[in-house]
Amino acid sequence: MKTAGLIIVILAGAILLYATQDFPPWGAPDSPASTHVSPRYLQKSMEETAVPNVVTSVLADYRGFDTMFETSVIFCAGIGCFALLRIFRKKPEDRYYRHIATEITLHIKGGRIPEKSSEFERIDALWTPYDLIIKTVCRILVPFIQLFALYVIAHGHHSPGGGFQGGVILGASMILIAISYNMRTAIARISEKTDNLLMATGVFIYAGIGTLCLILGANFLDYSGLSTILFSGPIMARSHGIFGVEIGVGITVMAVMISIYNNLASEGKQDEGL
Amino acid sequence: MSDLIPIIVAKYNYWLYIVLMMIGLYAMIAKNNLIKKLVGMNIFQTSIILFYVSMGCKRGGAGIPIIQHGPDAGHHVIDLANYVNPLPHVLMLTAIVVSVSTFGVAVALAIRIYQRYKTLEEDEILARLRSK
Repeated sequence: MKTAGLIIVILAGAILLYATQDFPPWGAPDSPASTHVSPRYLQKSMEETAVPNVVTSVLADYRGFDTMFETSVIFCAGIGCFALLRIFRKKPEDRYYRHIATEITLHIKGGRIPEKSSEFERIDALWTPYDLIIKTVCRILVPFIQLFALYVIAHGHHSPGGGFQGGVILGASMILIAISYNMRTAIARISEKTDNLLMATGVFIYAGIGTLCLILGANFLDYSGLSTILFSGPIMARSHGIFGVEIGVGITVMAVMISIYNNLASEGKQDEGL
Repeated sequence: MSDLIPIIVAKYNYWLYIVLMMIGLYAMIAKNNLIKKLVGMNIFQTSIILFYVSMGCKRGGAGIPIIQHGPDAGHHVIDLANYVNPLPHVLMLTAIVVSVSTFGVAVALAIRIYQRYKTLEEDEILARLRSK
């Protein structure tokens, strides 16, 4: 297998290296990739959408249909992880509780789930004492990370950023809570049900804005149709439509990142892990 | 040999991406461990992302594709040489996030395989499948 693989790889690599002869030189301004449709985007983006960041305007407006299905792919990946891993256990399993004042650990096998109390806290099976520095630093940092994520989503029109990037940062902030405290703390902030609903909400916002354009008499995802309900010209309506779509993308990406992490780290129990 | 050097210098970026891509392909074919195969898949994807981003590059002082504009938006002459090609960036922006999500699904499958066969080595899984 190893030698066969090596032969295949060397053959494929040699063919590809031979094919680079026909490629344009690196960084040539007149290469085919930079001459057909990209000058149109660069020249007309400000005129047609009032968005200086061409990447955002191409992502959400010119190629909006493509991005809608990319968002659906991410949504499907989140649902796929959920369907593959999630286990709903009926019978209670082994649990560990720690008496906060005396630091005595109790191991409860089966039986009823004890009620919540202020003296005992539930701990993971592989529990190690919390590191005060990590806990405190993460607790202080998380709001700033989330604020930055919202800035990245909202300022994607004028600076590098947008829904995908901001959504990933938002998801990372919740994963940071799950790592520095434990998974139950993170799930208490955003429950599994909320998270799964948010996954669908983002795609719904995206497709909903597209359908709204259709209802208002324009093409699907042609945001200039929104000008009648946004009380602005068609060009500013495109800018606002792009913003709405980016919010939808951000919500989906955030929820999917959290859902994938929770399912992977806890092997689908969403109970304890990492 | 003297003819070859200018060809390599003009296009060495493509050569690097092809080498990277072949490393990933080799890992996907030859490695026995499923997680190592996934790492190979990620190297493969990264080489394609680098390839696309380098296609958008323009030599001679081109900056990021954000149009510099004054207060009266849209009434400027836009010099194409000042902005890199935005299209590869758009395509790769979505590809990165999609690759993370698909990697999540792949790891989920690997976890299910591990729960069932208690191993991630391909030959041991195949031996267990045949013995049934």
